[in-house]
Amino acid sequence: MSVELSPTAESLPSRRGILAKAKNLLERQASLGIILMIPGAILLMVFMAYPFFLGIWLSLSDSMIGRMGRFVGLRNFIDLIGDSIFLQTTRNTFTYALITVPFKAVLGLGLALALNNRMRFSNPIRAAVMMPWIVPTALSTLGWFMIFDPVFSPISWLLKDLGLIKQNINFLGDPGLAISMLCLVNIWRGIPFFGITILAGLQAVPQELHEAAAIDGANAWHRFRHVTIPAIKGIALIASLLSIIWTFADFQLIYILTKGGPANTTHIFGTYAFQIGLAATEIGVGAAIALYMFPILAVFAMLLLMYLRRED
Amino acid sequence: MVGSGKIRKRTLNLYLPLTAYVIFLLFPFYWMIIVSLKPTPDLFELKYNPFWIQHFTLENYLYLFQNTDFSEWVKNTIIVTVSATSISLVCSVLIGYALARLKFPGSNFLGVGIFLAYLVPPTLLFLPMAQVIAKLGLYNTYWALILTYPTQLIPFASWLLMGYFRTIPKEIEESAMADGCTRLATLVRIILPLSVPGLLSAGIFCFTLCWNEFLYALIFMSSGPMKTIPVGTVSDLIKADTLFWGALMSSAVLGSFPIAILYSFFVKHYVSGLTAGAVKG
Repeated sequence: MSVELSPTAESLPSRRGILAKAKNLLERQASLGIILMIPGAILLMVFMAYPFFLGIWLSLSDSMIGRMGRFVGLRNFIDLIGDSIFLQTTRNTFTYALITVPFKAVLGLGLALALNNRMRFSNPIRAAVMMPWIVPTALSTLGWFMIFDPVFSPISWLLKDLGLIKQNINFLGDPGLAISMLCLVNIWRGIPFFGITILAGLQAVPQELHEAAAIDGANAWHRFRHVTIPAIKGIALIASLLSIIWTFADFQLIYILTKGGPANTTHIFGTYAFQIGLAATEIGVGAAIALYMFPILAVFAMLLLMYLRRED
Repeated sequence: MVGSGKIRKRTLNLYLPLTAYVIFLLFPFYWMIIVSLKPTPDLFELKYNPFWIQHFTLENYLYLFQNTDFSEWVKNTIIVTVSATSISLVCSVLIGYALARLKFPGSNFLGVGIFLAYLVPPTLLFLPMAQVIAKLGLYNTYWALILTYPTQLIPFASWLLMGYFRTIPKEIEESAMADGCTRLATLVRIILPLSVPGLLSAGIFCFTLCWNEFLYALIFMSSGPMKTIPVGTVSDLIKADTLFWGALMSSAVLGSFPIAILYSFFVKHYVSGLTAGAVKG
Protein backbone atom coordinates (compact mmCIF):
# COMPACT_ATOMS: atom_id res chain seq x y z
CA MET A 1 0.00 0.00 0.00
CA SER A 2 2.69 2.42 0.96
CA VAL A 3 4.42 1.80 -2.38
CA GLU A 4 1.29 2.80 -4.25
CA LEU A 5 0.70 5.82 -2.11
CA SER A 6 4.12 7.36 -2.34
CA PRO A 7 4.04 8.53 -5.98
CA THR A 8 0.76 10.30 -5.32
CA ALA A 9 2.19 11.90 -2.26
CA GLU A 10 5.24 12.93 -4.21
CA SER A 11 3.29 14.36 -7.14
CA LEU A 12 1.09 16.43 -4.88
CA PRO A 13 3.48 19.33 -4.33
CA SER A 14 4.34 19.55 -8.04
CA ARG A 15 0.66 19.54 -9.02
CA ARG A 16 0.09 22.22 -6.49
CA GLY A 17 3.04 23.98 -8.07
CA ILE A 18 1.43 23.85 -11.51
CA LEU A 19 -1.85 25.12 -10.13
CA ALA A 20 -0.08 27.93 -8.34
CA LYS A 21 1.79 28.78 -11.53
CA ALA A 22 -1.44 28.82 -13.54
CA LYS A 23 -3.07 30.97 -10.92
CA ASN A 24 -0.13 33.28 -10.99
CA LEU A 25 -0.37 33.53 -14.80
CA LEU A 26 -4.01 34.54 -14.48
CA GLU A 27 -3.24 37.16 -11.84
CA ARG A 28 -0.22 38.88 -13.39
CA GLN A 29 -1.32 41.69 -15.70
CA ALA A 30 1.26 40.94 -18.37
CA SER A 31 0.37 37.29 -18.79
CA LEU A 32 -3.38 37.60 -18.25
CA GLY A 33 -3.55 40.40 -20.82
CA ILE A 34 -1.98 38.20 -23.46
CA ILE A 35 -4.11 35.18 -22.54
CA LEU A 36 -7.31 37.19 -22.88
CA MET A 37 -6.30 38.41 -26.35
CA ILE A 38 -5.76 34.87 -27.66
CA PRO A 39 -9.27 33.70 -28.72
CA GLY A 40 -10.05 36.83 -30.71
CA ALA A 41 -6.52 37.06 -32.03
CA ILE A 42 -6.64 33.50 -33.42
CA LEU A 43 -9.84 34.25 -35.34
CA LEU A 44 -8.41 37.51 -36.67
CA MET A 45 -5.16 35.82 -37.69
CA VAL A 46 -6.78 32.89 -39.51
CA PHE A 47 -9.66 34.76 -41.14
CA MET A 48 -8.24 38.25 -41.64
CA ALA A 49 -4.44 38.46 -41.56
CA TYR A 50 -3.82 35.17 -43.40
CA PRO A 51 -6.36 35.86 -46.22
CA PHE A 52 -4.85 39.33 -46.59
CA PHE A 53 -1.38 37.90 -47.31
CA LEU A 54 -2.84 35.07 -49.38
CA GLY A 55 -4.59 37.78 -51.41
CA ILE A 56 -1.27 39.50 -52.08
CA TRP A 57 0.18 36.21 -53.29
CA LEU A 58 -2.87 35.51 -55.49
CA SER A 59 -2.65 38.96 -57.05
CA LEU A 60 0.95 38.21 -58.04
CA SER A 61 0.04 34.90 -59.66
CA ASP A 62 -1.98 33.64 -62.61
CA SER A 63 -4.17 31.49 -60.34
CA MET A 64 -7.58 30.38 -61.51
CA ILE A 65 -10.27 29.03 -59.22
CA GLY A 66 -9.26 25.50 -58.23
CA ARG A 67 -5.76 25.83 -59.65
CA MET A 68 -2.87 27.48 -57.80
CA GLY A 69 -0.97 29.49 -60.38
CA ARG A 70 2.62 30.52 -61.00
CA PHE A 71 4.23 33.74 -59.83
CA VAL A 72 3.86 36.40 -62.54
CA GLY A 73 5.09 39.46 -60.69
CA LEU A 74 3.07 42.64 -61.21
CA ARG A 75 1.57 41.50 -64.51
CA ASN A 76 -2.03 41.50 -63.24
CA PHE A 77 -1.69 45.02 -61.89
CA ILE A 78 -0.08 46.29 -65.10
CA ASP A 79 -2.62 44.55 -67.37
CA LEU A 80 -5.47 46.15 -65.41
CA ILE A 81 -4.17 49.66 -66.14
CA GLY A 82 -4.70 48.90 -69.84
CA ASP A 83 -8.22 47.54 -69.23
CA SER A 84 -10.81 50.18 -70.12
CA ILE A 85 -13.46 48.55 -67.89
CA PHE A 86 -11.07 48.74 -64.94
CA LEU A 87 -10.42 52.43 -65.60
CA GLN A 88 -14.15 53.05 -65.78
CA THR A 89 -14.51 51.05 -62.54
CA THR A 90 -11.91 53.25 -60.84
CA ARG A 91 -13.69 56.43 -61.93
CA ASN A 92 -17.02 55.00 -60.76
CA THR A 93 -15.64 54.06 -57.35
CA PHE A 94 -14.32 57.56 -56.72
CA THR A 95 -17.55 59.13 -57.95
CA TYR A 96 -19.60 56.78 -55.81
CA ALA A 97 -17.52 57.23 -52.64
CA LEU A 98 -16.69 60.94 -52.82
CA ILE A 99 -19.60 62.69 -54.60
CA THR A 100 -22.13 61.12 -52.25
CA VAL A 101 -20.40 62.25 -49.02
CA PRO A 102 -21.28 65.98 -49.12
CA PHE A 103 -24.93 65.06 -49.83
CA LYS A 104 -25.04 62.60 -46.95
CA ALA A 105 -23.32 65.07 -44.61
CA VAL A 106 -25.52 68.08 -45.44
CA LEU A 107 -28.78 66.13 -45.51
CA GLY A 108 -27.71 64.28 -42.36
CA LEU A 109 -27.01 67.60 -40.64
CA GLY A 110 -30.48 68.80 -41.62
CA LEU A 111 -32.01 65.64 -40.23
CA ALA A 112 -30.01 65.97 -37.00
CA LEU A 113 -31.11 69.60 -36.55
CA ALA A 114 -34.74 68.59 -37.06
CA LEU A 115 -34.49 65.66 -34.63
CA ASN A 116 -32.76 67.84 -32.03
CA ASN A 117 -36.02 69.72 -31.40
CA ARG A 118 -38.18 68.77 -28.48
CA MET A 119 -41.34 67.25 -29.92
CA ARG A 120 -43.91 64.53 -29.43
CA PHE A 121 -43.11 61.00 -30.68
CA SER A 122 -39.43 61.82 -30.96
CA ASN A 123 -38.33 58.25 -30.16
CA PRO A 124 -40.54 56.50 -32.76
CA ILE A 125 -39.54 59.13 -35.34
CA ARG A 126 -35.87 58.53 -34.57
CA ALA A 127 -36.30 54.77 -34.91
CA ALA A 128 -38.23 55.22 -38.18
CA VAL A 129 -35.68 57.44 -39.91
CA MET A 130 -32.90 55.02 -38.89
CA MET A 131 -34.45 52.25 -41.01
CA PRO A 132 -32.50 52.81 -44.26
CA TRP A 133 -29.25 52.46 -42.32
CA ILE A 134 -30.09 49.46 -40.17
CA VAL A 135 -32.25 47.04 -42.17
CA PRO A 136 -30.43 44.59 -44.47
CA THR A 137 -29.21 46.65 -47.42
CA ALA A 138 -29.67 43.70 -49.75
CA LEU A 139 -33.40 43.69 -48.92
CA SER A 140 -34.11 47.43 -48.90
CA THR A 141 -32.23 47.70 -52.19
CA LEU A 142 -34.80 45.28 -53.64
CA GLY A 143 -37.43 47.92 -52.92
CA TRP A 144 -35.40 50.40 -54.98
CA PHE A 145 -34.88 47.73 -57.61
CA MET A 146 -38.64 47.72 -58.21
CA ILE A 147 -38.92 51.51 -57.89
CA PHE A 148 -36.40 51.73 -60.78
CA ASP A 149 -38.00 48.94 -62.82
CA PRO A 150 -38.62 49.89 -66.48
CA VAL A 151 -42.21 48.56 -66.32
CA PHE A 152 -43.36 48.84 -62.70
CA SER A 153 -41.64 52.02 -61.54
CA PRO A 154 -44.01 54.19 -59.47
CA ILE A 155 -41.90 57.24 -60.38
CA SER A 156 -42.54 56.65 -64.07
CA TRP A 157 -46.24 56.10 -63.32
CA LEU A 158 -46.46 59.37 -61.40
CA LEU A 159 -44.61 61.39 -64.04
CA LYS A 160 -46.80 59.91 -66.79
CA ASP A 161 -49.90 60.62 -64.73
CA LEU A 162 -48.79 64.24 -64.38
CA GLY A 163 -48.21 64.34 -68.15
CA LEU A 164 -44.50 65.11 -67.78
CA ILE A 165 -43.24 62.07 -69.69
CA LYS A 166 -44.71 59.78 -72.35
CA GLN A 167 -42.47 56.73 -72.00
CA ASN A 168 -41.37 54.94 -68.83
CA ILE A 169 -37.88 55.89 -67.71
CA ASN A 170 -35.26 53.12 -67.90
CA PHE A 171 -33.47 54.17 -64.71
CA LEU A 172 -30.90 51.40 -64.62
CA GLY A 173 -30.60 50.79 -68.38
CA ASP A 174 -28.85 54.05 -69.26
CA PRO A 175 -25.21 54.24 -68.06
CA GLY A 176 -25.20 57.88 -66.91
CA LEU A 177 -28.59 57.61 -65.26
CA ALA A 178 -27.72 54.25 -63.67
CA ILE A 179 -24.68 55.59 -61.80
CA SER A 180 -26.73 58.56 -60.55
CA MET A 181 -29.38 56.18 -59.24
CA LEU A 182 -26.72 54.11 -57.45
CA CYS A 183 -25.46 57.30 -55.80
CA LEU A 184 -29.04 58.25 -54.89
CA VAL A 185 -29.65 54.94 -53.11
CA ASN A 186 -26.28 55.20 -51.37
CA ILE A 187 -27.16 58.72 -50.16
CA TRP A 188 -30.55 57.44 -49.00
CA ARG A 189 -28.86 54.72 -46.94
CA GLY A 190 -26.19 57.05 -45.53
CA ILE A 191 -28.34 60.00 -44.38
CA PRO A 192 -29.50 58.31 -41.13
CA PHE A 193 -25.93 57.41 -40.17
CA PHE A 194 -24.81 61.02 -40.50
CA GLY A 195 -28.04 62.23 -38.94
CA ILE A 196 -27.81 60.14 -35.80
CA THR A 197 -24.04 60.68 -35.39
CA ILE A 198 -24.32 64.46 -35.77
CA LEU A 199 -27.34 64.44 -33.46
CA ALA A 200 -25.16 62.91 -30.75
CA GLY A 201 -22.71 65.78 -31.32
CA LEU A 202 -25.50 68.35 -31.10
CA GLN A 203 -26.76 66.93 -27.84
CA ALA A 204 -23.32 67.30 -26.32
CA VAL A 205 -23.53 71.10 -26.78
CA PRO A 206 -24.63 72.62 -23.46
CA GLN A 207 -27.86 74.59 -23.85
CA GLU A 208 -26.28 77.39 -21.78
CA LEU A 209 -23.83 78.04 -24.59
CA HIS A 210 -26.68 78.84 -26.97
CA GLU A 211 -28.40 80.95 -24.34
CA ALA A 212 -25.23 82.85 -23.53
CA ALA A 213 -24.64 83.51 -27.22
CA ALA A 214 -28.25 84.66 -27.63
CA ILE A 215 -27.89 87.06 -24.70
CA ASP A 216 -24.74 88.44 -26.30
CA GLY A 217 -26.87 89.30 -29.31
CA ALA A 218 -25.96 86.44 -31.68
CA ASN A 219 -28.76 85.66 -34.14
CA ALA A 220 -29.73 82.13 -35.15
CA TRP A 221 -27.27 82.01 -38.05
CA HIS A 222 -24.39 83.24 -35.89
CA ARG A 223 -25.19 80.76 -33.18
CA PHE A 224 -25.27 77.99 -35.79
CA ARG A 225 -22.01 79.17 -37.31
CA HIS A 226 -20.09 79.76 -34.08
CA VAL A 227 -21.62 77.39 -31.54
CA THR A 228 -23.16 74.46 -33.41
CA ILE A 229 -20.67 73.96 -36.24
CA PRO A 230 -17.54 73.92 -34.02
CA ALA A 231 -19.27 71.43 -31.72
CA ILE A 232 -20.06 68.92 -34.48
CA LYS A 233 -17.06 69.45 -36.76
CA GLY A 234 -15.08 66.58 -35.24
CA ILE A 235 -17.85 64.04 -35.26
CA ALA A 236 -18.91 64.99 -38.78
CA LEU A 237 -15.34 64.50 -39.97
CA ILE A 238 -15.17 61.04 -38.37
CA ALA A 239 -18.51 60.07 -39.90
CA SER A 240 -17.33 61.28 -43.32
CA LEU A 241 -14.10 59.29 -43.20
CA LEU A 242 -15.92 56.12 -42.09
CA SER A 243 -18.54 56.64 -44.78
CA ILE A 244 -15.90 57.10 -47.49
CA ILE A 245 -14.15 53.89 -46.43
CA TRP A 246 -17.38 51.88 -46.37
CA THR A 247 -18.74 53.29 -49.63
CA PHE A 248 -15.42 52.77 -51.36
CA ALA A 249 -15.55 49.09 -50.43
CA ASP A 250 -19.28 48.63 -51.06
CA PHE A 251 -20.66 45.66 -52.93
CA GLN A 252 -24.26 44.63 -52.34
CA LEU A 253 -26.07 47.79 -53.40
CA ILE A 254 -24.51 47.70 -56.86
CA TYR A 255 -24.57 43.92 -57.17
CA ILE A 256 -28.33 43.97 -56.68
CA LEU A 257 -29.29 47.04 -58.70
CA THR A 258 -27.12 46.73 -61.80
CA LYS A 259 -24.58 43.89 -61.33
CA GLY A 260 -22.14 46.40 -62.87
CA GLY A 261 -24.23 46.77 -66.03
CA PRO A 262 -25.32 48.00 -68.49
CA ALA A 263 -22.25 46.82 -70.43
CA ASN A 264 -19.93 46.98 -67.37
CA THR A 265 -20.35 50.76 -67.00
CA THR A 266 -21.37 50.84 -63.32
CA HIS A 267 -18.86 48.50 -61.64
CA ILE A 268 -16.97 49.54 -58.55
CA PHE A 269 -13.89 47.68 -57.28
CA GLY A 270 -15.88 45.18 -55.22
CA THR A 271 -18.30 44.12 -57.95
CA TYR A 272 -15.63 44.01 -60.66
CA ALA A 273 -13.36 41.88 -58.46
CA PHE A 274 -16.35 39.56 -57.91
CA GLN A 275 -17.08 39.31 -61.62
CA ILE A 276 -13.48 38.67 -62.71
CA GLY A 277 -12.41 36.64 -59.67
CA LEU A 278 -15.44 34.37 -59.26
CA ALA A 279 -17.74 34.54 -62.29
CA ALA A 280 -14.82 34.51 -64.74
CA THR A 281 -12.74 32.35 -62.31
CA GLU A 282 -9.58 34.49 -62.78
CA ILE A 283 -9.01 34.75 -59.04
CA GLY A 284 -5.48 36.18 -59.41
CA VAL A 285 -6.69 39.17 -61.46
CA GLY A 286 -9.70 39.55 -59.14
CA ALA A 287 -7.40 39.72 -56.11
CA ALA A 288 -5.36 42.40 -57.88
CA ILE A 289 -8.53 44.46 -58.49
CA ALA A 290 -9.45 44.21 -54.81
CA LEU A 291 -5.92 45.15 -53.76
CA TYR A 292 -6.05 48.34 -55.80
CA MET A 293 -8.44 49.49 -53.06
CA PHE A 294 -5.84 48.99 -50.38
CA PRO A 295 -3.64 52.10 -50.70
CA ILE A 296 -6.71 54.34 -50.90
CA LEU A 297 -8.36 52.70 -47.89
CA ALA A 298 -5.06 52.91 -46.01
CA VAL A 299 -4.84 56.67 -46.60
CA PHE A 300 -8.34 57.26 -45.21
CA ALA A 301 -7.74 54.86 -42.30
CA MET A 302 -4.54 56.72 -41.40
CA LEU A 303 -6.31 60.10 -41.56
CA LEU A 304 -8.95 58.74 -39.21
CA LEU A 305 -6.39 57.28 -36.82
CA MET A 306 -4.35 60.48 -36.77
CA TYR A 307 -7.43 62.55 -36.08
CA LEU A 308 -8.60 60.29 -33.23
CA ARG A 309 -5.14 60.31 -31.65
CA ARG A 310 -4.93 64.09 -31.82
CA GLU A 311 -8.33 64.28 -30.13
CA ASP A 312 -7.14 62.10 -27.27
CA MET B 1 -51.57 86.39 -33.30
CA VAL B 2 -48.19 85.77 -31.72
CA GLY B 3 -49.16 82.17 -30.99
CA SER B 4 -50.24 81.34 -34.54
CA GLY B 5 -47.08 82.95 -35.91
CA LYS B 6 -45.04 80.70 -33.69
CA ILE B 7 -46.92 77.64 -34.89
CA ARG B 8 -46.47 78.68 -38.50
CA LYS B 9 -42.74 79.18 -37.91
CA ARG B 10 -42.42 75.77 -36.27
CA THR B 11 -44.34 74.15 -39.12
CA LEU B 12 -42.08 75.79 -41.68
CA ASN B 13 -38.81 75.11 -39.86
CA LEU B 14 -39.51 71.76 -38.34
CA TYR B 15 -42.57 69.79 -39.41
CA LEU B 16 -42.25 70.46 -43.13
CA PRO B 17 -38.60 69.39 -43.48
CA LEU B 18 -39.12 66.50 -41.09
CA THR B 19 -42.07 65.24 -43.15
CA ALA B 20 -39.98 65.46 -46.30
CA TYR B 21 -37.25 63.40 -44.62
CA VAL B 22 -39.68 60.79 -43.36
CA ILE B 23 -41.30 60.41 -46.81
CA PHE B 24 -37.97 60.11 -48.62
CA LEU B 25 -36.40 57.74 -46.06
CA LEU B 26 -39.43 55.50 -45.62
CA PHE B 27 -40.96 55.43 -49.11
CA PRO B 28 -39.07 52.31 -50.29
CA PHE B 29 -40.36 50.42 -47.24
CA TYR B 30 -43.90 51.64 -47.84
CA TRP B 31 -43.59 50.50 -51.44
CA MET B 32 -42.26 47.06 -50.46
CA ILE B 33 -45.08 46.56 -47.99
CA ILE B 34 -47.94 47.54 -50.29
CA VAL B 35 -46.59 45.49 -53.22
CA SER B 36 -46.28 42.47 -50.91
CA LEU B 37 -49.97 42.81 -49.99
CA LYS B 38 -51.32 43.05 -53.56
CA PRO B 39 -52.38 40.20 -55.85
CA THR B 40 -50.04 39.95 -58.84
CA PRO B 41 -52.61 40.86 -61.56
CA ASP B 42 -53.16 44.22 -59.85
CA LEU B 43 -49.53 45.16 -60.55
CA PHE B 44 -50.20 44.97 -64.27
CA GLU B 45 -53.42 46.96 -64.13
CA LEU B 46 -52.38 50.43 -65.29
CA LYS B 47 -55.63 52.11 -64.31
CA TYR B 48 -55.04 51.29 -60.63
CA ASN B 49 -53.13 53.81 -58.56
CA PRO B 50 -49.92 51.89 -57.72
CA PHE B 51 -49.45 53.82 -54.47
CA TRP B 52 -52.47 52.17 -52.89
CA ILE B 53 -53.84 48.65 -52.34
CA GLN B 54 -57.01 47.83 -54.31
CA HIS B 55 -57.39 44.21 -53.25
CA PHE B 56 -55.72 43.13 -50.05
CA THR B 57 -54.17 39.64 -50.04
CA LEU B 58 -51.70 37.53 -48.07
CA GLU B 59 -51.10 35.11 -50.95
CA ASN B 60 -47.53 36.35 -51.50
CA TYR B 61 -46.61 35.49 -47.93
CA LEU B 62 -48.27 32.08 -48.22
CA TYR B 63 -46.39 31.46 -51.46
CA LEU B 64 -43.14 32.29 -49.67
CA PHE B 65 -43.69 29.63 -47.02
CA GLN B 66 -45.25 26.98 -49.27
CA ASN B 67 -43.28 27.24 -52.50
CA THR B 68 -39.83 28.50 -51.50
CA ASP B 69 -37.16 27.62 -48.94
CA PHE B 70 -37.94 30.75 -46.95
CA SER B 71 -38.40 28.93 -43.62
CA GLU B 72 -35.00 27.23 -44.14
CA TRP B 73 -33.40 30.62 -44.78
CA VAL B 74 -34.88 31.93 -41.54
CA LYS B 75 -33.50 28.96 -39.61
CA ASN B 76 -30.05 29.34 -41.20
CA THR B 77 -29.95 33.06 -40.53
CA ILE B 78 -30.88 32.59 -36.88
CA ILE B 79 -28.30 29.83 -36.30
CA VAL B 80 -25.50 31.81 -37.92
CA THR B 81 -26.46 35.11 -36.29
CA VAL B 82 -26.80 33.75 -32.76
CA SER B 83 -23.60 31.70 -32.92
CA ALA B 84 -21.43 34.37 -34.49
CA THR B 85 -22.80 37.01 -32.10
CA SER B 86 -22.06 34.85 -29.05
CA ILE B 87 -18.52 34.04 -30.15
CA SER B 88 -17.86 37.68 -30.95
CA LEU B 89 -19.20 38.91 -27.63
CA VAL B 90 -17.07 36.50 -25.60
CA CYS B 91 -13.91 37.36 -27.52
CA SER B 92 -14.70 41.07 -27.37
CA VAL B 93 -15.32 41.10 -23.61
CA LEU B 94 -11.93 39.48 -23.06
CA ILE B 95 -10.12 41.81 -25.46
CA GLY B 96 -11.97 44.89 -24.23
CA TYR B 97 -11.13 44.09 -20.60
CA ALA B 98 -7.48 43.37 -21.38
CA LEU B 99 -7.07 46.62 -23.31
CA ALA B 100 -9.00 48.70 -20.78
CA ARG B 101 -7.50 47.42 -17.55
CA LEU B 102 -4.30 45.43 -18.00
CA LYS B 103 -0.83 46.67 -18.77
CA PHE B 104 0.94 44.11 -20.89
CA PRO B 105 3.68 44.25 -23.51
CA GLY B 106 2.32 45.31 -26.89
CA SER B 107 -1.06 46.43 -25.59
CA ASN B 108 -0.87 49.84 -27.32
CA PHE B 109 0.14 48.24 -30.57
CA LEU B 110 -2.66 45.67 -30.33
CA GLY B 111 -5.19 48.41 -29.58
CA VAL B 112 -4.28 50.21 -32.80
CA GLY B 113 -4.26 46.89 -34.66
CA ILE B 114 -7.80 46.11 -33.51
CA PHE B 115 -8.95 49.57 -34.59
CA LEU B 116 -7.43 49.11 -38.05
CA ALA B 117 -9.04 45.67 -38.34
CA TYR B 118 -12.39 47.46 -37.96
CA LEU B 119 -11.63 49.32 -41.19
CA VAL B 120 -10.75 46.23 -43.27
CA PRO B 121 -13.74 45.69 -45.57
CA PRO B 122 -14.92 42.21 -46.65
CA THR B 123 -14.55 43.21 -50.31
CA LEU B 124 -10.79 43.35 -49.78
CA LEU B 125 -10.62 39.78 -48.49
CA PHE B 126 -13.41 37.75 -50.06
CA LEU B 127 -11.40 36.15 -52.88
CA PRO B 128 -8.54 34.74 -50.78
CA MET B 129 -11.09 33.99 -48.03
CA ALA B 130 -13.00 31.80 -50.50
CA GLN B 131 -9.83 29.71 -50.88
CA VAL B 132 -9.31 29.49 -47.12
CA ILE B 133 -12.91 28.32 -46.65
CA ALA B 134 -12.49 25.73 -49.41
CA LYS B 135 -9.21 24.46 -47.96
CA LEU B 136 -10.77 24.04 -44.52
CA GLY B 137 -13.68 22.15 -46.09
CA LEU B 138 -16.22 24.64 -44.73
CA TYR B 139 -18.04 25.44 -47.98
CA ASN B 140 -21.79 25.52 -47.57
CA THR B 141 -21.64 24.84 -43.82
CA TYR B 142 -22.72 27.13 -41.00
CA TRP B 143 -19.12 27.28 -39.81
CA ALA B 144 -18.08 29.17 -42.94
CA LEU B 145 -20.10 32.16 -41.67
CA ILE B 146 -19.92 31.54 -37.91
CA LEU B 147 -16.11 31.68 -38.03
CA THR B 148 -15.70 34.52 -40.52
CA TYR B 149 -18.32 36.99 -39.26
CA PRO B 150 -16.53 37.57 -35.93
CA THR B 151 -13.59 39.11 -37.80
CA GLN B 152 -15.94 41.92 -38.80
CA LEU B 153 -17.56 42.16 -35.36
CA ILE B 154 -14.78 41.71 -32.80
CA PRO B 155 -12.87 44.91 -33.66
CA PHE B 156 -15.80 47.28 -33.17
CA ALA B 157 -17.33 45.36 -30.26
CA SER B 158 -13.97 45.23 -28.40
CA TRP B 159 -13.46 48.93 -28.99
CA LEU B 160 -16.93 49.73 -27.71
CA LEU B 161 -16.61 47.50 -24.64
CA MET B 162 -13.14 48.82 -23.87
CA GLY B 163 -14.61 52.33 -23.76
CA TYR B 164 -17.41 51.10 -21.55
CA PHE B 165 -15.15 49.22 -19.11
CA ARG B 166 -13.01 52.35 -18.69
CA THR B 167 -16.01 54.27 -17.35
CA ILE B 168 -16.34 51.84 -14.42
CA PRO B 169 -14.41 53.16 -11.42
CA LYS B 170 -11.29 51.12 -10.73
CA GLU B 171 -11.90 51.32 -6.97
CA ILE B 172 -14.83 48.87 -7.19
CA GLU B 173 -12.57 46.26 -8.73
CA GLU B 174 -9.70 46.97 -6.37
CA SER B 175 -11.84 46.49 -3.30
CA ALA B 176 -13.17 43.20 -4.70
CA MET B 177 -9.64 42.00 -5.31
CA ALA B 178 -8.59 43.13 -1.85
CA ASP B 179 -11.36 40.85 -0.56
CA GLY B 180 -9.67 37.95 -2.31
CA CYS B 181 -11.51 37.90 -5.64
CA THR B 182 -9.32 36.83 -8.57
CA ARG B 183 -9.12 39.09 -11.62
CA LEU B 184 -11.29 36.79 -13.74
CA ALA B 185 -13.88 36.50 -10.98
CA THR B 186 -13.92 40.30 -10.71
CA LEU B 187 -14.52 40.52 -14.44
CA VAL B 188 -17.44 38.09 -14.30
CA ARG B 189 -19.05 39.16 -11.01
CA ILE B 190 -18.35 42.89 -10.83
CA ILE B 191 -17.54 44.32 -14.26
CA LEU B 192 -20.01 42.44 -16.48
CA PRO B 193 -23.11 43.15 -14.36
CA LEU B 194 -22.16 46.83 -14.39
CA SER B 195 -21.68 46.76 -18.17
CA VAL B 196 -25.10 45.51 -19.27
CA PRO B 197 -25.85 48.62 -21.39
CA GLY B 198 -22.49 48.31 -23.12
CA LEU B 199 -22.99 44.58 -23.71
CA LEU B 200 -26.44 45.29 -25.10
CA SER B 201 -25.07 47.88 -27.55
CA ALA B 202 -22.31 45.51 -28.65
CA GLY B 203 -24.77 42.61 -28.92
CA ILE B 204 -27.23 44.62 -31.04
CA PHE B 205 -24.39 45.76 -33.28
CA CYS B 206 -23.16 42.18 -33.81
CA PHE B 207 -26.65 40.75 -34.28
CA THR B 208 -27.55 43.34 -36.92
CA LEU B 209 -24.35 42.95 -38.87
CA CYS B 210 -24.69 39.15 -38.96
CA TRP B 211 -28.35 39.30 -39.93
CA ASN B 212 -27.62 41.78 -42.73
CA GLU B 213 -24.35 40.39 -44.09
CA PHE B 214 -24.47 39.65 -47.80
CA LEU B 215 -21.11 39.16 -49.54
CA TYR B 216 -19.63 36.30 -47.48
CA ALA B 217 -23.03 34.61 -47.26
CA LEU B 218 -23.42 34.87 -51.05
CA ILE B 219 -20.09 33.19 -51.68
CA PHE B 220 -19.58 30.74 -48.79
CA MET B 221 -23.09 29.43 -48.19
CA SER B 222 -25.32 29.57 -51.23
CA SER B 223 -26.21 26.12 -52.43
CA GLY B 224 -29.70 24.60 -52.25
CA PRO B 225 -31.58 25.57 -49.09
CA MET B 226 -28.31 26.52 -47.28
CA LYS B 227 -28.80 30.26 -47.67
CA THR B 228 -29.39 33.22 -45.40
CA ILE B 229 -32.49 35.39 -45.92
CA PRO B 230 -30.80 38.18 -47.94
CA VAL B 231 -28.96 35.70 -50.18
CA GLY B 232 -31.97 33.42 -50.64
CA THR B 233 -34.21 36.35 -51.50
CA VAL B 234 -31.81 37.79 -54.04
CA SER B 235 -30.69 34.58 -55.69
CA ASP B 236 -33.83 32.40 -55.57
CA LEU B 237 -36.65 34.91 -55.96
CA ILE B 238 -35.28 37.14 -58.71
CA LYS B 239 -36.16 35.29 -61.87
CA ALA B 240 -36.49 36.64 -65.36
CA ASP B 241 -40.18 36.14 -64.67
CA THR B 242 -41.76 39.35 -63.39
CA LEU B 243 -44.51 37.41 -61.63
CA PHE B 244 -42.26 37.13 -58.58
CA TRP B 245 -42.48 40.76 -57.41
CA GLY B 246 -45.00 39.95 -54.69
CA ALA B 247 -42.96 37.11 -53.19
CA LEU B 248 -39.75 39.13 -53.56
CA MET B 249 -41.18 42.06 -51.64
CA SER B 250 -42.78 39.92 -48.93
CA SER B 251 -39.45 38.18 -48.34
CA ALA B 252 -37.71 41.55 -48.13
CA VAL B 253 -40.34 42.78 -45.66
CA LEU B 254 -40.14 39.69 -43.43
CA GLY B 255 -36.32 39.69 -43.52
CA SER B 256 -36.17 43.34 -42.44
CA PHE B 257 -38.83 42.99 -39.78
CA PRO B 258 -36.77 41.55 -36.85
CA ILE B 259 -34.13 44.26 -37.21
CA ALA B 260 -36.75 47.01 -37.42
CA ILE B 261 -38.39 45.71 -34.22
CA LEU B 262 -35.05 45.40 -32.43
CA TYR B 263 -34.25 49.02 -33.19
CA SER B 264 -37.63 50.34 -32.23
CA PHE B 265 -36.99 48.95 -28.75
CA PHE B 266 -33.32 49.72 -28.42
CA VAL B 267 -32.84 52.89 -30.45
CA LYS B 268 -31.30 54.67 -27.46
CA HIS B 269 -28.76 51.91 -26.85
CA TYR B 270 -27.85 51.88 -30.46
CA VAL B 271 -27.30 55.62 -30.55
CA SER B 272 -25.20 55.60 -27.40
CA GLY B 273 -23.23 52.58 -28.61
CA LEU B 274 -22.62 54.09 -32.00
CA THR B 275 -21.40 57.33 -30.53
CA ALA B 276 -19.30 55.63 -27.88
CA GLY B 277 -17.60 53.75 -30.69
CA ALA B 278 -17.49 56.43 -33.33
CA VAL B 279 -16.68 59.42 -31.21
CA LYS B 280 -14.28 58.41 -28.56
CA GLY B 281 -12.87 55.48 -30.49
